[in-house]
Amino acid sequence: MSADVDLWAVPLAVFAGAIRAGSPFLFVSLGECLTERGGRINLGLEGALVMGAMSAYGGAVLSGSPWLGLLAAIVAGGLLGLLHGLICSLPRVNDIAVGIGLMLLGIGLAFFLGKPFIQPRAPGLPAFELGAWSSNPLVREALRINVLFPLGLAACALMHLALTRTRWGLALRCVGDSQDTARALGLPILRLRLSATALGGALAGIGGASLSLFYPGSWNEGLSSGQGLMAVALVVFARWQPWRCLYAALLFGGAGALGPALQAAGVTGAYHLFNAAPYVLTLALMAFASERTGAPGELRLSR
Amino acid sequence: MAALELEVVDLGKRFGDFVALQGVSTKVAAGSFHALLGENGAGKSTLVKCIVGYQMPDEGAILVDRREREIRHPADADALGLGMVYQHFTLAPGLSVLENLVLARPRLPAVLDWAAERARLEAFLDTAPLHVPLDAPVATLAAGQKQKAEILKQLYLDRRFLILDEPTSVLTPQEADEVLGLLHGLTRAGRLSVLMISHKFREVEAFCDEVTVLRRGRYVGRGGVAELGRERMAALMMGSEALPEPPARAARVPGVTRLRVADLAVHDDKGVAAVAGMGFDVRAGEIVGLAGVSGNGQRELVEALLGQRAVAAGVLEVDGAAYRGSRAEIDRAGLASLPEEPLKNACVPQMSVADNLALRSFDRPPQTRLGWLRRGTIRARGRELIAAFQVRTPGPDAPIAALSGGNVQRAVLARELAQPRALLIVANPVFGLDFASAAAIHQRLMAARNAGAAVLLVSEDLDEILALADRVLVISGGRIVHETTPAAADRHTLGRHMAAH
Repeated sequence: MSADVDLWAVPLAVFAGAIRAGSPFLFVSLGECLTERGGRINLGLEGALVMGAMSAYGGAVLSGSPWLGLLAAIVAGGLLGLLHGLICSLPRVNDIAVGIGLMLLGIGLAFFLGKPFIQPRAPGLPAFELGAWSSNPLVREALRINVLFPLGLAACALMHLALTRTRWGLALRCVGDSQDTARALGLPILRLRLSATALGGALAGIGGASLSLFYPGSWNEGLSSGQGLMAVALVVFARWQPWRCLYAALLFGGAGALGPALQAAGVTGAYHLFNAAPYVLTLALMAFASERTGAPGELRLSR
Repeated sequence: MAALELEVVDLGKRFGDFVALQGVSTKVAAGSFHALLGENGAGKSTLVKCIVGYQMPDEGAILVDRREREIRHPADADALGLGMVYQHFTLAPGLSVLENLVLARPRLPAVLDWAAERARLEAFLDTAPLHVPLDAPVATLAAGQKQKAEILKQLYLDRRFLILDEPTSVLTPQEADEVLGLLHGLTRAGRLSVLMISHKFREVEAFCDEVTVLRRGRYVGRGGVAELGRERMAALMMGSEALPEPPARAARVPGVTRLRVADLAVHDDKGVAAVAGMGFDVRAGEIVGLAGVSGNGQRELVEALLGQRAVAAGVLEVDGAAYRGSRAEIDRAGLASLPEEPLKNACVPQMSVADNLALRSFDRPPQTRLGWLRRGTIRARGRELIAAFQVRTPGPDAPIAALSGGNVQRAVLARELAQPRALLIVANPVFGLDFASAAAIHQRLMAARNAGAAVLLVSEDLDEILALADRVLVISGGRIVHETTPAAADRHTLGRHMAAH
């Protein structure tokens, strides 16, 4: 391979990575976004993500259908999200602490229940081969768009519409912005929050499914690299807007693909440094984008 | 839609052994503007909470348009057309006015048609006497606009009887007159009856038809505002307690400059300039009153003066030396402070009253010996101060958070004035206190001034400033925009400067 082909491959790989590795970021950040619009922070989405990955893989192995696996991930993530909402509705419960507890519970439960699924191969989710016209394998690989990505776009659009154009969304934003106002209006605060945290958990579960059923497309204990936790930073960066979650997820996915892409192109020095790109990006975003405009008013550290 | 008549008969409410209301009867005629007066703890809040369904009375009846009604829940009050505007705002700050109003309306469809909602609201606004920008997030509105939006929301919900809980505490006199004038117009048009909790006689006299006075949970009197007059209303509120003497101001010429502020800039929590180009002096033996509407930089200024907030730029000097609020500098300056919300800003809430009283001096003899705290001495000194300043507490070991607001204020004042001080910085020192406590604190401030202390009094209560200050400064938009003396000041001019940015 000549040098110019190598360099041309890097942006292509980053583009491919943005979509491939961005999908789990997209779902879990949408989940966190929805949860936080209701006034709660759920750090347990990392647990929901890992549990979703395991459930999806196990479900697909057992049933032979990746779609049933996806459904299992939605249910598992949704249940963990619901649990978070229920525990946090108790008086004097801190949602950050509960989130960390649920994260550990979700991960532990997934490792425990997932032991038998490390060996078998599960049928993966299909992908759209948009690059079939090209003879270049790199192009074909980059344009292999997994089926969950358009689903994520749809989820983005739906969430945007739900938040701005429905009674449920307006009421949820009110609950997340000022609980006192919501109480004065007689809104069903608990029900609204539970629906948001459960849906948020389900979205994180789909994020997990995209890890185990598409990319990297296997189940093992090192599958997640903290996407569920980084989602919290992503949502701050996205100013709690679903569409901006999409851009942020693509940015993070692309950053994650930078290391492997450079390695494939022959730039082997500082490989681990480039691999750390998403984490460096997280830190940088938290340091420079910490202005809190657009933040739901009920989000706070102590409760 | 016609205004409602409301009558309460023999209303009673207890909380455990505490009688909050007993045998209270009164009537608000349809289309009238009625004031509810009383000192702190007189039962005003309990009465209106019973009317709007936040609490259930234990005895008595509520009649709306002469029919007895059971109001068990705020929704029941809604259905009858009774509404309430709270002292703190109840609009979601992150949503726009339009979103807040739409969310409040009954029978909202599951999928929103914003074009139709906007058209509907604009049609309503054409008939409403007050206007607010619809699309701005509520958090960006000025206090007066928020208050108007709250009232607009009540009118949009077809309320025909409105309860206002100290509605003007966050408004400039002009804004207050505008809002109350609009409501007054609605009562004259027969669309609305209003029951307003207030402690501002000026507003009661200007806008109200009748008053009901409560004292210690009981009805003590009722009548036309004009017939009763200010003296009689105050006498009813106070009962047999003697009206405290107004503080005596000793004639004296101000001495040396103690506190000097020049070109001061201070940022708020978001890093935006809250105070910019601020300059003033406070000299020995004078009270400088800093008047202004809340949120114009007073909080940030006081925090900077007390060392709680960094100074971004400018000069801050005490006795001619740079001052940044370190403990050594505070001691050298002889500074005492009573910030607003003292429980939050000047106390450690879960520590005992005695420990809080010792915060300024705990690490010095006699309270400390050889680096060890002497608990017995700290408690004994706490007892002395509690007695001297009449702090009502279960004992020196009770956590200070368990005390009522007025007693926290007294405790902090006891700590701060335990020894003579040269410089006092106080912010809203009597906010929420009854007449007697307020008068006692005013006496102490005046006594400190008479003894030669320099006093900076930051207050949102113009009456307090006009009564105590030797000089009046007006703060607006984070700078001093006007200076006068109480003798030369008139409310209208002051209000105009308070509103100017």
